[in-house]
Amino acid sequence: MSGWLPAQASSFAPQIDGMFWAIMIITGITFVLVEIGIVWFSFAYRGRPGRQAHYTHGNGTAEIIWTAIPAVTMVILGLVSNGLWTQFKGRNSVPADAFPIEVHAKQFEWWVTYTGADGKFGRVTNDSISKTNPTGIDHSDPASNDDIVVRNQLHVPVGKPVVVYLSSEDVIHSFYVPEFRVRQDVVPGMQIKQWFVATVPGTYEIACSQLCGLGHYKMRAQVYVQTQADFDAWMQQQAEKAKGAPTS
Amino acid sequence: MSQATAAAMSPPFPAERGVDVYNKKLGMWIFLASEVMFFGALIGSYVILRFGAPGDWARPGVVLNIKITAFNTFLLICSSVSMVKAYAAIADGDPKNMRFWLLMTILGGACFVGIQVFEYIHLVERGFLPSGVRDGSELAEMVAKGTIPGATMGLYGSTFFTMTGFHGFHVTCGVLSMLYLYLTKALPGKFTTQDYAGIEVVGLYWHFVDLVWIILFTIVYLV
Amino acid sequence: MSTAAATAHAGHAHHDDRSFVQKYLFSTDHKIIGIQFLFLSLFFLLIGAILSLQIRWQLAFPGQPMPGGKLLPESMAAGGVLLPEYYLQLVTMHGTFMVFFAIMLLLVGVYANFLIPLKIGAHDMAFPRINMASFWSAVVAGLVMLSSLFVTDGSPRAGWTMYVPLSARHDYSGASLGQELWSISIIFFGLSSVLGSLNYITTVINNRAPGMTWFRMPLSVWALFITAILGLLAVPVLAGAAIMLLFEQILGTHFFDPSAGGQVLLWQHLFWFFGHPEVYILILPAMGMVSELVANGSRKPIFGYHSMVFAICGIAFLGWIVWGHHMFVSGMNPTLGSSFMVTTLLIAVPSAIKVFNWMGTMWRGNLRFHTPMLWGIGFVAMFTIGGLSGIFMAATPVDMYIHDTYFIVAHIHYVLVGGSLFAIFGGIVFWYPKMFGRMMNETAGKVHFWLTLILYNCVFFPMHIIGMAGHMRRIYDPTIYDFLKPVQHWNVFISISAFLLFGTQIIFFLNFWLSMFWGKKAALNPWEDNGLEWSLPSPAPHGNWDTPPTVYRGPYEFSVPGASEDYIPQNKKLPTDREPALAPAHGD
Repeated sequence: MSGWLPAQASSFAPQIDGMFWAIMIITGITFVLVEIGIVWFSFAYRGRPGRQAHYTHGNGTAEIIWTAIPAVTMVILGLVSNGLWTQFKGRNSVPADAFPIEVHAKQFEWWVTYTGADGKFGRVTNDSISKTNPTGIDHSDPASNDDIVVRNQLHVPVGKPVVVYLSSEDVIHSFYVPEFRVRQDVVPGMQIKQWFVATVPGTYEIACSQLCGLGHYKMRAQVYVQTQADFDAWMQQQAEKAKGAPTS
Repeated sequence: MSQATAAAMSPPFPAERGVDVYNKKLGMWIFLASEVMFFGALIGSYVILRFGAPGDWARPGVVLNIKITAFNTFLLICSSVSMVKAYAAIADGDPKNMRFWLLMTILGGACFVGIQVFEYIHLVERGFLPSGVRDGSELAEMVAKGTIPGATMGLYGSTFFTMTGFHGFHVTCGVLSMLYLYLTKALPGKFTTQDYAGIEVVGLYWHFVDLVWIILFTIVYLV
Repeated sequence: MSTAAATAHAGHAHHDDRSFVQKYLFSTDHKIIGIQFLFLSLFFLLIGAILSLQIRWQLAFPGQPMPGGKLLPESMAAGGVLLPEYYLQLVTMHGTFMVFFAIMLLLVGVYANFLIPLKIGAHDMAFPRINMASFWSAVVAGLVMLSSLFVTDGSPRAGWTMYVPLSARHDYSGASLGQELWSISIIFFGLSSVLGSLNYITTVINNRAPGMTWFRMPLSVWALFITAILGLLAVPVLAGAAIMLLFEQILGTHFFDPSAGGQVLLWQHLFWFFGHPEVYILILPAMGMVSELVANGSRKPIFGYHSMVFAICGIAFLGWIVWGHHMFVSGMNPTLGSSFMVTTLLIAVPSAIKVFNWMGTMWRGNLRFHTPMLWGIGFVAMFTIGGLSGIFMAATPVDMYIHDTYFIVAHIHYVLVGGSLFAIFGGIVFWYPKMFGRMMNETAGKVHFWLTLILYNCVFFPMHIIGMAGHMRRIYDPTIYDFLKPVQHWNVFISISAFLLFGTQIIFFLNFWLSMFWGKKAALNPWEDNGLEWSLPSPAPHGNWDTPPTVYRGPYEFSVPGASEDYIPQNKKLPTDREPALAPAHGD
């Protein structure tokens, strides 16, 4: 179901949308009751000559009811939410077979690193960062020889769990793909993992979602969700250009 | 405190009073609650930063001079004692002794600030700054030799100067307030057994400032 | 009653030989200070609104020169087209001015000062000179904040939330001196706030008139009292954080510098530990005032007065343990996300109780739809929407999606505008006669209300929609994103509605200023209300009462069966009333 929500392109999306619409129904019913109540009372109890208001300081039973119902609703909502939250963000939530990708954010672009054939990321250090080495690869580490580094593009295979390792060079950014419903702040000094499963092939946008400076509004990148065959072909093509040299 | 004193220090009209404490004193307690939050934010940040630090903190006494600061702590505690004596004196109707002990408190506080300024100057000369260790300084050499862990000196300087600096600022405000009271009320004999709210209230502030220092001295200098 | 009033007035005439400067500029009279805060805060409300108009221009018509844009320097708007550096200053300063200098000052600076002594039967605040210092600190703070617009590189650009490292380093944000001025201004503002709070708390605890027991206090006073406690304890944490930020900027400290072992998230924890109690500071006084307006307009006691008090206390208490809900996706430990979610969902409950109790007050009332009542009802209707939208973001999985989108902006503005500002408008109209001795024009007031209600919903309701589509906050040009193209027309609709909404406020502006000189002269108690302030002349005299009034009943005794009027003021003695028994003052 979408309506005004974007298309669903990850496994999280139907779950999050489901919660969203469930809350919409609960709050919607409350909204309608309250607003209709206000309008109805305004008409029914408008002042007229000779009328007297009903003198009362309240009704304990009514208050207990309208305290208990919201409280119980909130508890149930909390329990359901927590289940999903642990699944998306929990310490042990990343599937063991998730395909690892490093995403390094800086003012105002996204640098993406793949492990290449050896399945290991080369070591990166802050001191190695330069214009020609934007992710700071330490070339003395042999694992870095086959690393693939690209700018502003994230290629992922469809239907497989992927985990992005998020790092920032300067300020707080935020990795946000609306159709995946995924968002995670990228914090300097921390490496943060976020996993997802892309479910629909296509091209989507990454939008930086935490004010990061003058170029925040254009810190945009593309996510290419590809069939396994297309993805492998792309990786092969990149491997031929690899040696840690960045491509756009 | 006598009924007459209570009447003098309370509002002159009947009121529903929530607590049996006159307004100026209640106001000072409330103000001190806000100060607890302020120092709490600074001290809490220090604790978080120190426990989360990427390496060891410099050992006590290597960067800071514990002997002088210990004396300073003693001085401040003595000034709290003299404050209590000033309060007891005026409560007993002895304005002469009250003036003497208040003056001692002011001098004690002023010396504390003076010694702290001296300490700061000495630290800066050795190369200790809010931003950490200054290049080419005596402390920089100690970092190079490994006597002090370099990785945490930035945090050490940041937290040390901010916490002790703001404490020193509060002590200075206390000294100035007491000096103002001394000159405008104590000397001209305006404090009496009927009305010595100013002494009691500034005393509360002074004890608080002393308490904060004892905490700071322990967790910054001794640990 | 009029004779007593004349005596009260005459009783003070010969005491009041203060000069103009003492009476109106450096006044220690809580009522004058309240009015001073009113003028100051309305000025900043106007500034904040003008900044928002420019934001709305850019979002609706990116790349197009703004009318009047050519008046701005080239560094802000090249050829009249707003630049990103200026846009980020606009969003930062709009939030800063509105939160601190408009809403906080309007709710607390104005109404805590003006109402508390009047409504509890005191001559003035416990510490009148500290009260004056509180006002002038706020003026200094405001001037310093304003000055940031005019220095090199202009105002700060890191959002009113000032997340580090962006705010801490000039090379990251592009702002320089302006960033420092923000911190300095906040420190002065913090001083003003703490001085005010300690005054309000002391006065409410110890200066209540005989018979004004705790549970006979009007809800506006309860709300302002609890708010003062929140401010007393939360604002110093912001001051501490602002000092740490300032030192990071000018002394090169490393609190938030990960390369030296500092922690980026420390800023967020400090800021939001203040920030969440802050938002309850921004709403509780409004809720208190709404209780006065709705009870008066309904001619009925507040439904569930005790629960309303406990709800205020509950909201204030829970408000300390929910701050992490601003940080669900910040990178903090996800387990904290769970705990903060629980407390956040719980805080919806006391707010819901209040909404139902206001409705219960209207139920079977004898409703008078004067302008203040319209604003009160409008508050209940709009705050409900704002509160309900909060439930979406309390649910952590949903928040992962809507965090930092316009869904949040919609929520903020439903509670702050539809909530706080509506209550403020109602309060201004309601207490205007007691402040200035004249009535505001009722017709103009009603027109202002209806136009504002409609246009305000046109501005802020669609923000839920674009937020659902994923529209981020603080974005200079949304049109570069494919996924936002389907909702760009909403940005145009919102902006045009915003321009019209601003235009509508001219009605209020004129009504407010013209009524001061040509408004109908006000009677003692034009709204037939029970509060103690209505037993004094309009405007109330210096010192309020010669001797404090005696209170015989609660604040909402409307439509008591058998009474001669449908209201009984708190200090009116009926034959069946007994004098209150005051506990004798022990050795103090």
